[in-house]
Amino acid sequence: MAYSDKVLDHYENPRNVGSLDKNDPQVGTGMVGAPACGDVMKLMIKVNDDGIIEDAKFKTYGCGSAIASSSLVTEWLKGRTIEEAYAIKNSEIAEELALPPVKIHCSVLAEDAIKAAVADIKAKQAAKDNA
Amino acid sequence: MSASIELPVLKHRDDAHPLYLDYSATTPVDPRVAAKMIPYLTENFGNPASRSHPYGWTAEEAVENAREEVAKLVGADPREIVWTSGATESNNLAIKGAAHFYAATKGKHIITIATEHKAVIDPVRELERQGFEATFLIPEPNGLVDIEKFKAAIRPDTVLASVMFVNNEIGVIQDIEAIGHICRANNVIFHVDAAQATGKVQINLEKLPVDLMSLSAHKTYGPKGIGALYVRRKPRVRIEAQIHGGGHERGMRSGTLATHQIAGMGEAFRIAREEMDTENERIRRLRDRLLQGLLEIEEVYVNGELEHRVPHNLNISFNYVEGESLIMAVKGIAVSSGSACTSASLEPSYVLRALGRSDELAHSSIRFSIGRFTTEADVDYTIELMKSKIGKLRELSPLWEMFQDGIDISKVQWAAH
Repeated sequence: MAYSDKVLDHYENPRNVGSLDKNDPQVGTGMVGAPACGDVMKLMIKVNDDGIIEDAKFKTYGCGSAIASSSLVTEWLKGRTIEEAYAIKNSEIAEELALPPVKIHCSVLAEDAIKAAVADIKAKQAAKDNA
Repeated sequence: MSASIELPVLKHRDDAHPLYLDYSATTPVDPRVAAKMIPYLTENFGNPASRSHPYGWTAEEAVENAREEVAKLVGADPREIVWTSGATESNNLAIKGAAHFYAATKGKHIITIATEHKAVIDPVRELERQGFEATFLIPEPNGLVDIEKFKAAIRPDTVLASVMFVNNEIGVIQDIEAIGHICRANNVIFHVDAAQATGKVQINLEKLPVDLMSLSAHKTYGPKGIGALYVRRKPRVRIEAQIHGGGHERGMRSGTLATHQIAGMGEAFRIAREEMDTENERIRRLRDRLLQGLLEIEEVYVNGELEHRVPHNLNISFNYVEGESLIMAVKGIAVSSGSACTSASLEPSYVLRALGRSDELAHSSIRFSIGRFTTEADVDYTIELMKSKIGKLRELSPLWEMFQDGIDISKVQWAAH
């Protein structure tokens, strides 16, 4: 499997590895994939009161392309609003990392992780507003 | 000649020349073997089938000397050795050749093991397409065949059984003698793929109840492209030829003999016979050192049992890391993975799956196979590399984090994708 230089760079030096406090009301968590399928991504975002993502962390069990896809989106997410984050398309990730066709599913998973994390923070906010 | 040749040490130099720990895939040709081969490419180039001049006679002599060396390593008569292009051809010739020859008198049922090499599985599948029936026995979780289950699989119409001596992925040694006695008692032709066994386990076909045995040169420091099939003479075993031509090898396998390849296989098997006892002891010490080092890492699982196993093989699953990223991480060493990571389908090893390993553990397995040119320093380098890379990947792994938090990952509801 020949990887692009960008995939190798993210794999060798992954950005923003780690976790945020999942009980923090400002933190949304998205966990997607399944061990049996060979990929599990966990993406955590911290969103301030203006709806801007201040911090993003990830952990990924998966191939080099999956690690690179999730590392890349943590870079992209910081400073964006959750609406902008929600609009990120897997094709943008795949293009940036020059993923081959058999690895497109890694970018799909990264998009799913963003959407799951955004959905989680929205659910937390809704629960707070209703309280 | 041989004493002056220095053996190479396959050192790790850079990522383009990783440390070679994949001796079960193939071995380098021993320099003593290469030296033996060269004259048969140039000055002694004759066709061993040429009976009318010295070029042919010299080549024929080399072929017959090699035949004797190959026979000696496995306790056979030289007349029981048929040259082939390798173990895959030997397996095809043995399985299809014996099944076709005996089908009319005995029947059309074949027994083999689910963990056989594809070079056995696929010929059996081909026979199924031709109207034979096959039983693929599932081995025990330790990789070994249960003798009672084997016995129970035999039917009145069972014509052939094929069981590998040493498994290529996990190195376990099957009880060939016990299985052979059952075959003999039931009038079943017994074929053994011994590609991974020569030079690693003692083989004495004078005593071992085996009818057909596949042999390969390149797993035992000989060249690729040459192998042999042992075909028992007493009691005589018959096979139908699969390649027809000039009637070479007593009609069982036509084609001009590759003198240099054959001379190389003979020399490789001579060296194996003379050196295997000391070599295997040295390799066992290295394997034990590697095992001890790797067991210092948490959550590792040895695949296949350790007692009935060649010392050259160590197959280990590293839990909570994904197979393909594992292979990327360990590019400083050349090893095999249980994960077919170049394919789109991401199929885990069918051998490890047959032992009941989960997909995840099958994917995250590595086969370390060590050999003649492996050193203690190589083993130490490998242990340190694995410790650091597994640590790095686990730091990235959400599954490792969950395990550390005491979450049972098998009980989590994962969204399929």
